[in-house]
This record gives sequence, C-alpha cells and structure tokens, in this order.
Amino acid sequence: MDALKSKIQEVFDEPACGKNQAKGEKERKKGCTKQLVPGAAAGGCAFDGAKIALQPITDVAHLVHGPIACEGNSWDNRGAKSSGSSLYRTGFTTDVNELDVIYGGEKHLFKSVKEILDKYDPAAVFVYQTCVTALIGDDIEAVCKAATQKFGKPVIPVNAPGFVGNKNLGNKLAGEALLDFVIGTEEPETTTPYDINIIGEYNLAGELWQVKPLLDEMGVRILSCISGDAKYREVAYSHRAKAAMMVCSKAMINIARKMEERYEIPFFEGSFYGVSDMSDSLRNIAKLLVDKGAPAELLERTEAIIQREEAACWQRMEPYRDSLKGVKVLLITGGVKSWSVVSALQEVGMEIVGTSVKKSTLEDKQKIKELMGEDAHMVDDMTPREMYKMLKEAQADIMLSGGRSQFIALKAKMPWLDINQERHHAYAGYDGMVTLVREIDKSLRNPIWEQVRKPAPWDAEDSRCTTQDSGTVVTLPGNDALPLNLAA
Amino acid sequence: MAIVTHLKKSCAVNPLKMSAPIGAALAFTGLDNCMPTLHGSQGCTAFGLVLFVRHFKEAVPMQTTAMNEATTIMGGYDNVEQAILNIHKRANPSIIAIASTGLTETKGDDVDGYLSLIRKKHPELDEVALVYVSTPDYVGAFQDGWSKAVAKIVKELAVPGLPVAGQINVLAGSHLTPGDLEEIRELVEAFGLKPIILPDLSGSMDGHIPDNFSPTTLGGTTLAELRASGSSEFTLAIGEHMRDAAQTLQDKCSVPFEVLESLTGLDTNDRLMSLLAELSGRPAPNKYRRQRSQLMDAMLDAHFFIGGKKIAIGAEPDLLLAVGKLFAGLGAELTAVVTTTASPVLEHLPAQEVLIGDLEDLEQRAAGCDLLVTHSHGRQMAERLQLPFLRMGIPMFDRLGAAHQVTVGYRGTRNLIFEVANMFMAVAHEPGPDDWRHAAPTGAECGSCTPAAAH
Repeated sequence: MDALKSKIQEVFDEPACGKNQAKGEKERKKGCTKQLVPGAAAGGCAFDGAKIALQPITDVAHLVHGPIACEGNSWDNRGAKSSGSSLYRTGFTTDVNELDVIYGGEKHLFKSVKEILDKYDPAAVFVYQTCVTALIGDDIEAVCKAATQKFGKPVIPVNAPGFVGNKNLGNKLAGEALLDFVIGTEEPETTTPYDINIIGEYNLAGELWQVKPLLDEMGVRILSCISGDAKYREVAYSHRAKAAMMVCSKAMINIARKMEERYEIPFFEGSFYGVSDMSDSLRNIAKLLVDKGAPAELLERTEAIIQREEAACWQRMEPYRDSLKGVKVLLITGGVKSWSVVSALQEVGMEIVGTSVKKSTLEDKQKIKELMGEDAHMVDDMTPREMYKMLKEAQADIMLSGGRSQFIALKAKMPWLDINQERHHAYAGYDGMVTLVREIDKSLRNPIWEQVRKPAPWDAEDSRCTTQDSGTVVTLPGNDALPLNLAA
Repeated sequence: MAIVTHLKKSCAVNPLKMSAPIGAALAFTGLDNCMPTLHGSQGCTAFGLVLFVRHFKEAVPMQTTAMNEATTIMGGYDNVEQAILNIHKRANPSIIAIASTGLTETKGDDVDGYLSLIRKKHPELDEVALVYVSTPDYVGAFQDGWSKAVAKIVKELAVPGLPVAGQINVLAGSHLTPGDLEEIRELVEAFGLKPIILPDLSGSMDGHIPDNFSPTTLGGTTLAELRASGSSEFTLAIGEHMRDAAQTLQDKCSVPFEVLESLTGLDTNDRLMSLLAELSGRPAPNKYRRQRSQLMDAMLDAHFFIGGKKIAIGAEPDLLLAVGKLFAGLGAELTAVVTTTASPVLEHLPAQEVLIGDLEDLEQRAAGCDLLVTHSHGRQMAERLQLPFLRMGIPMFDRLGAAHQVTVGYRGTRNLIFEVANMFMAVAHEPGPDDWRHAAPTGAECGSCTPAAAH
C-alpha cells in the first residue's frame, strides 16, 4: 500500500499540468481530487477510471480481482471499438467469495490467470485491484510477478482500487501501470521518421478511424494509440515513436510527460474536436515530426490537406447554417475542452448560452471568454435541477452533454445530444464536426417536439375533457379541433 | 427434478450475476420519495446507476456514502451521518434506504448501531424513515439483495393493525417489470381488492414524464402504504425470494401469506384467480375467463413451433423458474441452464441440471440449442453461436421497452408464447432437395449434410 500511496502522490504532482502547477504546495498534495461529499457525490471510482483507460487494448484479457460488483455490474458497457480481437469485451473476474475475504484471494487470483491463459491465450493479462482485495491485503503485484515467471506471458498489475479516488486518478494510475510494466518491453519490426503515438484516445464510436485516413494521407504512421484499438505489442513498443499527441483531457498526461523524459518523445496537447482544433493537431503532428528529423515537405503536404479538408468541411456544413442560426445551445461536457466545440458551433451560427468548465483550466476559461464574450455563462457545477429549469424555461433549445444528464433534457421535452463516452456517433475530425452539426439539426427538426409539448386533452385550457360523463364526445379547442371519444 | 451443480473453476468469465447491493438498491427505488444509498466507495453506486440508467432509460436517484481508504479503515460512522444529513438537506426524501457493500462489510461497519446513534443525535431526522440492509458484495446475487431489502423494509416499517377489509399486499420479486406490476395491480383491482404493491417499480421506473424535477424517486410504494401493509388481510408473495419478507410480515403483523412461484403460465394464474376469488368473495371477471381461453388457444397454436426445441437459458433463480417452466410446459427441452445463486426453486426446475455459473458456462453448453434466453450480456454469445436471442432480465441495454415487457397473467403469458413462437418461425428452415439425403457411410465431410430440418 505504501508503494501505491507514493504512486498517488507522484501523479498528483504533475509538472506538465498547468492546473496542477498553478496550485500551492499544500493544495497540490491533495491532488486534483475534490474531497467527495457523502450523500452528494456522483461519478466513478479509481478502478472505473483505470478500466476505462486500459480496456480499449483489444487483445488483452482484463481480469478484475474483486467481488462480483466491480465487473459483474459493469462489463461490456463502453463504446471503444476494435478492428481485431474482441477479447477486451469479455468479462473476467475472480468473483471473490466470503472464504476468499477471510483467507485471502491470492491463490484464487493465480489460478484464474492460469485458466485464462489456458482457455483464451491472450497477448497479456491485466489484473485490476479492487477495494475489497486491497483491504484484505492481497498483493497483486507479487501474484502477477509469479504468474509472469511461471507462464511466460505478461501479467500486468493495475493497482487502482476504487477507494483511493475518482476516475481521473484511476486514469493516471492505469498510465503508471503501462509505464512500469508495459512500455519499452518490446521492439517494433521497423520504425520510420513518421511514427507517432496518440495518447488518451479510446476510439469511442470509432473516432480514431475518423482521423486515421488523414494521417495515412500525410504519410504519418500511428505506431501506438494508447489505448484505442491498440494491441498489447503496440503499446509495448510505443517508446520508439518520434513524437506524441496527447488528446486533450489530461487524463494520461503522466504517460506523455514520462515518455518525453525517458525516451525523448516530444508531445503536444491537442484535440480532434472542432475544425480549428483538428487542423492545429495535424499541424502540430507534422511540426514535431519535422523537428525530430522528418523531411520538411511534410509541413506543406499537411497544410494542403488542411486547406482542402477545411474548405470541404465548411461547405458541407453550409446547408445547416440557415436552420441553425440563433439556436441556443447548452453545452455540458466532461473532459473535452469546451471551447474547441464552442468555436465550431458558433461558426455555423449557433449561440452558446452556457457551458460547463468543471474540468477546464484557467487558460481554457480565458479562451471561452474570448469566444463567448465577458458575460459568458460558465458554470462550474450545474445541478440537475438548474439544468432542468434552464431547458424547461426554454433558455436553451438543445443540450449537448453526457448520458447521465440525458433524461433531464428529455423529461423537460427538449432535444438532447450525447457527446460523451457511450455516444453512438463519432464526432472527431472534419467528418465528425459535420456529423455533429447534422445530428443537432436532425434533433431540432424532429417533429416529435411539437407533439409532446401539446397539452393533454384534459389539461387544455377551456377543455371540456375534464367532464366525467362517460361517452361524451368532446372537441379540443384550437385550430386543429379533433373529435375525441373519451369512452373509447 | 434438476441436479444443482457448482462448477470448480477460479475465474468467472462473462458474468451472468450482478451484485446484491444493487439488487437492494433497485428494490429501494420502488419506494416513493426515497433515496437509495450504498454505503461504499462512490464507484459502487456509479456502476449500479449506469446499469439501471441503461436498462430503464430513466434517471435513477441513488447516492453514496463516498468511502475512501482512510474512512474505511477508521470506520464509516461519519460518512453515514454526513450522507444522511446531506441527503435530507438537499433532496428531503421520506425514506433514506441504505445497503452496505463488500468494502464496508470487509471492514465490519455496524451500520445498525450507527443509525441508532444518528437518531439520538439528530431529532430533525425524526420524520425521515431510515432503513438499512446488510448486503456484502461477496455473498449471493442481485436477487438475494432484493430479497433481503424487502424483508428489512417490512420488518422496519410495517405497523401491525386491525385487518382492513379488501386490502392485500403484493410482495413483488426482482424478476417482475414495471409493466408486470401494472398488470398485477389491474388483476387484483378487478376483484374489488386494494393492493399494496411492495416494492412498486411501476410507480417510479415505468418511464413517465413527471411535471417537475425531483431528486428522489418519482413514485412507488408510499411510506403510508408501507406502514399500512401490516393491516392487510393477506399477502401474496410473487417469487420464492419474497418468502422471507412474507414470513417477516406474518411474524410481525400476523398477515397470512401464500407464495406463488411466478405469474407466468396457465397453472399459476389459475391459482391466482382462485385465490383472488376466495379473498374477495367475487367470481373471476369475464375478462379473465376470456383471457384464459385465449392463452389456451395460444398454447395450442404455438406448441407446433416450440415443442421439441432446445433452450439455453441463463437467469436469476425465480425468473429462470418462471420462464423455464413455461418453455418446458410447451414441450421444449431446457438443455443448458445457468443461474446466479443458490435457491430452493432450482431443484424443481424441469431440467437435468442447473449450473450456478456464468455465461461462459452457458455458451459451452448452448451449442446445438435453438434459442438463447438471458439478459443483454448474452448478445456476444448469441452472435458467436448464431442463436435467436430472447432478452429477459436485467440488464437489457440494447433494446427499448425493458420496463414494459409483460410476461405475467394469462395475457402476458400469451404474448410471451407468441413472441417465442414467432422467433422460431422467423428462422424456420426451408426444405431443400438434400435435406433427406442420408450421409454416405464414408462420411468424413458429412458435418454439412446432417438434415438441417432439425432446426
């Protein structure tokens, strides 16, 4: 546990994180975890975060060492897509019982690893620690070490039991597991001056594949994506990349920074969401590669692609400009940098009436102010009741948010679009932006809004529907008067 | 009839089982103006919450005591107290219902003791009902948590009283959907009886649009009804796992009871009709006589398609019994049967063997079956084995309308039979000229020429 404690302190002190460095010494020690309030908390635990970060590695068996809750209640519930193995979607758990809790679960874990290797022959087994098994003192690192030696396959401990903190911390501890046990353990067959890592992209709804064709066209090779659609080997030899892009949420900043320190892989922080962000990201990739020795013509080639794609993208969004002009958007995002989407939505004429900045840095907030003006409605933490009120009173026409607040919008009979983890549409890159605008338009135009907002016959003003006489045929007021037989 | 087997393997693969604490939490969701709360780390609640949101497509109120490493070791009194005070302040529910988790049970928190201390210390909570149930994650399954929660609710909240004429309790098992409960309410009311359904997910999780935003449950059994359940004339418990609660109610308030193993199928609905007729002194309404007749007709029409079919089924014990018996009663064979937890009903299942296991076990045994019946996590297996797939149970996240799937009563049974028969009709084999050409004795490659008509 001491090793875990120092690991946690280490990831809390992140020199590459602006937000972290802006804090005082004492505050930094507490980490980026807000103290949770019992009875008023929401969100996943560190284990959840670790699983989110690593589960996209497709050819690995992800084994959860703990009681049934941790895996049984949550397996196969994320939208990371695979171009190959579907092993990552198989749920593995030791499902510890009362006797394990009393006598310890290490042998049970060891046998489980063996069973998995025998039956499924994965590229590696990732073993996730949970609260109960941490509390009883199961040493998963020792078990993994013994299993690796005995079976000759990588068995990787991921030490992020739920009770050490929130999802974000879990993301980082997962990163530490890769740094300690995976990255740098294998070598690629060949390398090129165009090899990059993409760090913190999970290929949700296939978003990596929205971006990859353009990288292919640039001649850039994704040596390793950590961890979307990744194979174990790719992560293991990712230390041979020439440059890296860290996808904006800062969730895996420790991987990017430590790979820079250890392997001299420079990185930049970028985003694939929004037109200008996408272009900047492509430019930065080219620039870093050229800095590291790739031929300079890559820059021009990239610029040409950007010009072409931007023009095509704006052209494709043009038809929506009329119907989306003045549409008021409430944007509640998690990790995605709000401003990058804000600027794109504004470009097609929408008005952002509020945006969450819970996870944004000061710099981000400044940027939002520039875009939205001084009276920008930035909310740190909007309660569900406030969101409901804003929508109900039509201060916004549509809400873009994560799945958790979906029903707040729908129950207020307002359009809603999923832009979080479980989303079904891919919104990355230029194509993704067009998709986003098209989805917003589709949602707003849907004829259901008018129908569901109509009062019920018994609520309509002056309606005689309230009559209790059975069999009475009443007529609704208004232009589209319909006979309605209540006895039917 | 069936032999119950526990497999000796270390690693559960593709779990069928979910945890007891979230079973308890869902039962609490069927209480009106309630805040279900898990005493554990915030993840314990988050996973349950996401699961229910994906199943019901509804916002689900659920809180956490947000335990961390230090508070776990020091004991969770402060967190339980703070959680109750915060919930009281922010959401003001009538009931705060708490279930423990593996984390706090491993430590050994005495939450019953905490609650009596909190009661003494905070008279402002006098009006709030507090219920606590112990549900370690490493013991039992979802259904067990539900069962314990309902037993604890009646133990704490039912008040003994003089029987109220015509009032009966319906203790609803976790295998019943909000749609099922609506149907049951209608059935009972048709006899002029007044049901108190407990817990009543049809009030809270039936997918309706409330007039206002509420941070607590939006309906369900009210506190007044919970208290009044002690003065009902009779208790109908649906599902064997409701027996404990029914027994508790009888011990505490002298309300007699009967356990109906399910309400799916002809026999059991006949029993329900007799029981309701007896309790109400009224004959069965014509509507149900008609529905019974329709069900028999459906059985006659459907037995051609269902008879002889091999079924692979994975479900919690009481859902398994309800659906399994129906299939077997129509002439199908329960070829591969997996469940989550021990239960006295398993022996009565019309199958050779029932395995307490996971979906990997089911998949190994399901090859050659004609239909897969389990919750949505069966989707990968169904695809691999190319089996028609009937989704039943929680979670059902890849289809809409989970809350309104009705399989109780004569009508619900009839509709389920049609649905299943139609699934078989949809994949019926078109006869071909080679179907009856028997394999040549050399037959090394004859895997492909076995009569496909067996499907």
